[in-house]
This record gives sequence, structure tokens and C-alpha cells, in this order.
Amino acid sequence: MNKFVIPLGVFVVLLAFLYVGLWLNPREVPSPFIGKPAPAFELARLQEPDKRFARRDMDGKVWLLNVWASWCVACREEHPILVEFAKQKIIPVVGLNYKDKPEDAKAWLKQFGNPYVLSVVDHDGRVGIDYGVYGVPETFLIDRKGVIRYKQIGPVTPEALEKKILPLARELEKS
Amino acid sequence: MKVILALLIALVPLAAVAKEAQPTDLDPVAQKRLIDLTSQFRCLVCQNETIADSTADLAADLRREIREQIKAGKTDDEIRKFMTSRYGDFVLYRPPLKATTVLLWFGPALLLFAGIVVLVRVMRARRQRAEAERPLSDEERTRAAELLVGKAGSGQR
Repeated sequence: MNKFVIPLGVFVVLLAFLYVGLWLNPREVPSPFIGKPAPAFELARLQEPDKRFARRDMDGKVWLLNVWASWCVACREEHPILVEFAKQKIIPVVGLNYKDKPEDAKAWLKQFGNPYVLSVVDHDGRVGIDYGVYGVPETFLIDRKGVIRYKQIGPVTPEALEKKILPLARELEKS
Repeated sequence: MKVILALLIALVPLAAVAKEAQPTDLDPVAQKRLIDLTSQFRCLVCQNETIADSTADLAADLRREIREQIKAGKTDDEIRKFMTSRYGDFVLYRPPLKATTVLLWFGPALLLFAGIVVLVRVMRARRQRAEAERPLSDEERTRAAELLVGKAGSGQR
């Protein structure tokens, strides 16, 4: 009897680990940015190339920074959700157009709608590197002091919006 | 002779077309550093490749970034910090030793040790059992017989 208890125990523990592993997403790497100040940047705007936009322009606001590109397939999946979210005017969404051609990006916004208060052009992807972007789309929730509070890797889903982003955004708005 | 010469001359433009490896603007030492460093980092797009090997866009950008930092005179540690502050420890193929990675570093040794302990215990138990089942020697047999006789005798009294 005793002979089987230990191997069985080891087997059950192993099984538990493997089962949990089934539901983990290897693409979701824990971000070192949560709780850290959002890296500063200043870039030209997509729609008005002669105007610039800097991260500090959003100081005092709770906002979303959404990294997108017209070549990004998953962005198409997330886009209607962002458009819908922007209509509710809860918090502003700024787009970081990542390694894209401006004309493609503008055509894309015309085709699918524009949820962004404005988009900035990160042509060579340097700001993307500063934000540790490795899989477009990515979305950052940034608080009044410019601190990153949440990062969504991959498309924003209605579930992530309802359960994580919105409650956190409301809480940050209050403070 | 003329034909051979003509053939050789015909080959000249071919040699011109063949492309040489792009000369790098780094000196050999810095170039080696670039290769060493980029092979220590994991490409986050294709997670089983190093930044040195990967053809992903992001890997190319990061190679460019690291190259520029080397040119700017940054140390290896500074570049490593640049990478981990953006992508976390996951970007390192050799994770640092800290509280959350203790199990990762020493887990295999711990498992080996546990295995040895179990092995020793099993072997010891087996040896004891073999000892218990060993047939009695002649000497032990006579002694057992004496004891049994003695017991029987004491019972009669």
C-alpha cells in the first residue's frame, strides 16, 4: 500500500503542473513595465505630420496607448472593439502606429474607422523598443502621473476590457 | 591561347557581380561583442531563437539598437540592462539567480539528490531483507537446536 502512495503522489503533482501549463500562454511574458513610468517620446502625428505629440501631453489623464499597424492581422480583430470603446468616451485612446507606411495607415483608418484621439508615427520602431513591444497589437493603460498600470499583449478582447482595463481605469480616474 | 584569353576576359564581369559580405562599420573586437551579446538574448517573436539568429523584424531592430549602443561605448552590462528593463528576464537565455529563479537553478540538483536518497533507501531495505532470508549456518542451527532443547527441558520441570 505504502509502496504506491509516493509514486502516485508524484504523478498527481506532475499532472497538476501539466494541466495548468495547458492554459498558459507562452506569448504572455510578464512585463517589467507595470508600475513604472511610461517611457517618454515625442513623435509626429499621423494625420497632421507637421504637429508633434509627446507622452507628457497626456499628463493628468488616464489613457490608453494602443500599438497598431496596418500590416498587423490581429489588429483587425481588435479594431472594432476599440472603435466601440472610443464611442463611449470613457478614456482617450492614443495610437502608436508601429513600423508602418503612413499612407497605408491612413487608408486603414478610413476603412475600419478611427478610434484614436490621434495616432503618432513610430516609423523605425524605436519607441516600440522603449515600450518593450514584441507582438503588435499591445495596449498600455497609463495613469495621471504617466505610470503604466496594465499591459495587454495581443488584441484587446471584450473580456479583457470589461474585467481588467475598465475597472482599473475607473479606479485610476477617481484617484 | 586566344580562346582561353577570351574566355577569361568573359568571366571578368561575373566576378564583379558576385557580392561580397557587407563590410561592417565595427572593428573586429566590437563585432565579436555584438555577436556574443545578441546570442545571449532571446528573440521574443520566435521564442526559440536568439536575436543573433532570428530573421524577425524586431530582432533586426534590436541588433541595430545593440550595434549603436556598442558604438556609443556602452558596456555589456548596460546593454543587458537595456534589454531586461524592456523585455524582462525572459529575454535572457541565462536567467539571473534570484528568489524567483532558485527552483529553476537548483531544482534539477534537488531532484537528483532526492533520487539518490530514494535509491539508497531502496538498496538498504533490499539488503536487510536478503539478510533476513539467508539460510542458517551450521553453527546457528546447532545453537537453535540447543535453545529449543533447553526450552523443552525447562517446560518439563
